[in-house]
Amino acid sequence: MSRLLKFNIFRYNPEDTLSSPHMEEFVLEETDAMTLFIALNRIREEQDPSLQFDFCCRAGICGSCGMVINGRPGLACHTKTKDLPGEITLLPLPVFKLVGDLSVDTGSWFREMYTKTESWIHTDKEFDADALEERMDNKVAVGIYELERCVECGCCISACGTARLREDFLGAAALNRVARFLIDPRDQRTDSDYYEIIGNDMGIFGCMGLLACEDVCPKHLPLQNQLGFLRRKMGITSLKRIFRK
Amino acid sequence: MQTIYTDLLVVGAGLAGERAAVEAADAGFSAICLSLVPARRSHSSAAQGGMQASLGNSVMGEGDCPDVHFADTVKGSDWGCDQEVARLFADAAPIEMRRLAHWGVPWNRVVPGKSIYFKGGKQFEKIEKEEKEGLIMARSFGGTAKWRTCYTSDGTGHAVMCTMDNRCAQMGVEVHDKTEAIALIHDGETCSGVVARCLRNGELRVYLAKAVMIASGGFGRIYPNTTNAVICDGGAHAMCVETGLVPMGNMEAVQFHPTGIVPTDILVTEGCRGDGGTLLDVNEKRFMDIYEPDKAELASRDVVSRWMTHHMREGHGVKSPYGEHLWLDIRHLGEEHITGKLREVYEICTSFLGVNPVHQLIPVRPTQHYSMGGVRTNKDGAAYGLKGLFSAGEAACWDMHGFNRLGGNSLAETVVAGGIVGRKIAEYLEGCETIFQTALISDAVKHQQARIDALVKCTNGSENVYKVRAAMQDALNKWANIFRTQEGLEKCVASLQDTLVRARNVGLRSDGKGVNPELAAALKLEGQVKLALMVAYGALTRTESRGSHNREDFPARNDRDWLTRTLAYWKSADDTLPTLEYEPATAVVEIPPGDRGYGKSEIISADDKKE
Repeated sequence: MSRLLKFNIFRYNPEDTLSSPHMEEFVLEETDAMTLFIALNRIREEQDPSLQFDFCCRAGICGSCGMVINGRPGLACHTKTKDLPGEITLLPLPVFKLVGDLSVDTGSWFREMYTKTESWIHTDKEFDADALEERMDNKVAVGIYELERCVECGCCISACGTARLREDFLGAAALNRVARFLIDPRDQRTDSDYYEIIGNDMGIFGCMGLLACEDVCPKHLPLQNQLGFLRRKMGITSLKRIFRK
Repeated sequence: MQTIYTDLLVVGAGLAGERAAVEAADAGFSAICLSLVPARRSHSSAAQGGMQASLGNSVMGEGDCPDVHFADTVKGSDWGCDQEVARLFADAAPIEMRRLAHWGVPWNRVVPGKSIYFKGGKQFEKIEKEEKEGLIMARSFGGTAKWRTCYTSDGTGHAVMCTMDNRCAQMGVEVHDKTEAIALIHDGETCSGVVARCLRNGELRVYLAKAVMIASGGFGRIYPNTTNAVICDGGAHAMCVETGLVPMGNMEAVQFHPTGIVPTDILVTEGCRGDGGTLLDVNEKRFMDIYEPDKAELASRDVVSRWMTHHMREGHGVKSPYGEHLWLDIRHLGEEHITGKLREVYEICTSFLGVNPVHQLIPVRPTQHYSMGGVRTNKDGAAYGLKGLFSAGEAACWDMHGFNRLGGNSLAETVVAGGIVGRKIAEYLEGCETIFQTALISDAVKHQQARIDALVKCTNGSENVYKVRAAMQDALNKWANIFRTQEGLEKCVASLQDTLVRARNVGLRSDGKGVNPELAAALKLEGQVKLALMVAYGALTRTESRGSHNREDFPARNDRDWLTRTLAYWKSADDTLPTLEYEPATAVVEIPPGDRGYGKSEIISADDKKE
């Protein structure tokens, strides 16, 4: 006999004036290899078709389905119910604007982040269609990809003490983004340029070092190392700037 | 009513859409991409394997050039493709890969010296050349003569998607995510925008544009078992079909990927087999080397999927509670390779199956994967039937894939076609003057509002949207799958016609307020059933086997009667079947139809006289 799972799910539809934030209980019989993707879709199709949540690839690749699962931010699609107790509490990710129920607006947050960090290669070189590509050491390429693996699910932001305290904190995802360009030889920005972006309390010096970001990252990005690396780098840059003055 | 104007409006913010938008922005035009999800979550990002381009930097790709790539593509298509388009693609692909490198893609690079690779489970050695050090590397993929697939570890789509979206941010291309286009605005001749539903608050919004591009990806979700993301639901195709003017090309050409995992149908990349992974049966014995002595596991996808299904039918499948499957074995590639170059595969197996592929076999079966069919366009990406409407990527039938596409060719197509079509759109915008008719716009909005009201009030009935959708998926799964017969397809069409009636009688069970997911599903359902009918009816009518379209009652490829592309229209709203028309598969013939060299089949030559 399989378990009867009890789901406590946060409900609120901001577009419905009669709706107020509350928890709602759903009961579902567990099946083999059940994930929260399967469970939530079954609840929507069989019990409450108005239930809002976000899934896209359902394969842990796209980062759509970040939510707080029994108190911990994570991706719902690769969370297996057999790894959870019989009572499962699901809440939307904090920090991001709520769209409804378990769905939040990560898109606007991250788009703003691209602008703040100028998340693109800065170069004065023009592309030459007739030339060979610029060479790159494979180890460098692999190193860049390692940091590019972020899926922008928002879990690290939701789990971040500083981000919960101050709205303008860039957070691990943004700092990791800066690190990605910093190690890319194609980007001509200098340490001083990066200092302008993250050399302050909104950036690397705002990090309190609690490191929940690394604990919850579903892609296991080396966020702790990156934050340490940037803090050292920006600390040195800061000193250099003082002596130059 | 919020009304937003832009020069180019792209429906979809995956690689094809964003690439075209960048091209328009480069030419000085404004561009907005609408997307169901933030751009980087687009299904392009799920493509793990790579992009085919004949750079020929690896020693295993020596002698490669666009001609060889072109030939592989035409053979792969089983001569169903437009050869002029395949040529455009093969010629432009190497330049596009270099452009992406310039924009920031961290392609894996050539490491000179000795290294080991596997083919068919056996170990070989290769020596990469010193002078190629640091140039873009390639890996092996099914159906190709050379190692040609450029990659970034196991996340090529993701990495390129990041770079492309960064480029959009840099160029000022706007992405309006959580926005769903639900109807085209057109006057019967020219397309001038869309009515969209905001998925942040549920409100309708109008987008007006001189050019509209459909780049919404495939429509695999009309099948129950698919590798496609949940957003690949054909909603934008349905919107084009609804015009009655825009035909869908080759809808019966549906690709099944050999290695979807059981039970969740998540794809594990062809790179597994490219890197030397093998397929095993219930006795843990290889079988592809018997069916295809030459290419074995690396024959094209349609061929491998078919032999797998055949082998299971012969009783060699592994029985499981989720149906029969076979095994994928990558254990011999070693831990370093599996957790490095194939890390996504490792993560998928451990997270979703609880299987460790370093030590255990991976349960796989063929599952719906790719839609070769889609919005039919000319070689410039301009859709048939409406001026100002364009399409590229998986959403389109451009048509370089014909009846089967090669691994690594679709991801490459997104950026190559996006670039080519984007430039053509910029040219179109240059000389374009559009008049927006306010009555036309408000009528379009009123019509959509009326549809929503009818669904909320259950005016047309109270059929359950999810049950009707399941009926549609079930019919395709049963009868329009890898092996097809007249009897099965007739049942499929009849069943879908019944489902179409039910789809028209759907009513919501919830209140439809705000971002209601039931409403979103209901709005596109009738259109989805029409797409399903185009697949099934096209397959029933095409009495031959070509590429992924495999008729057991007509096993021969018939170049005499069927060297054609199906054009499916839904001409009148009350129709119960699509109208099918045909055009020659290709106007330009560089390589006349011949033998593919794998996937043995009988061929009725174009020269054979009709009896």
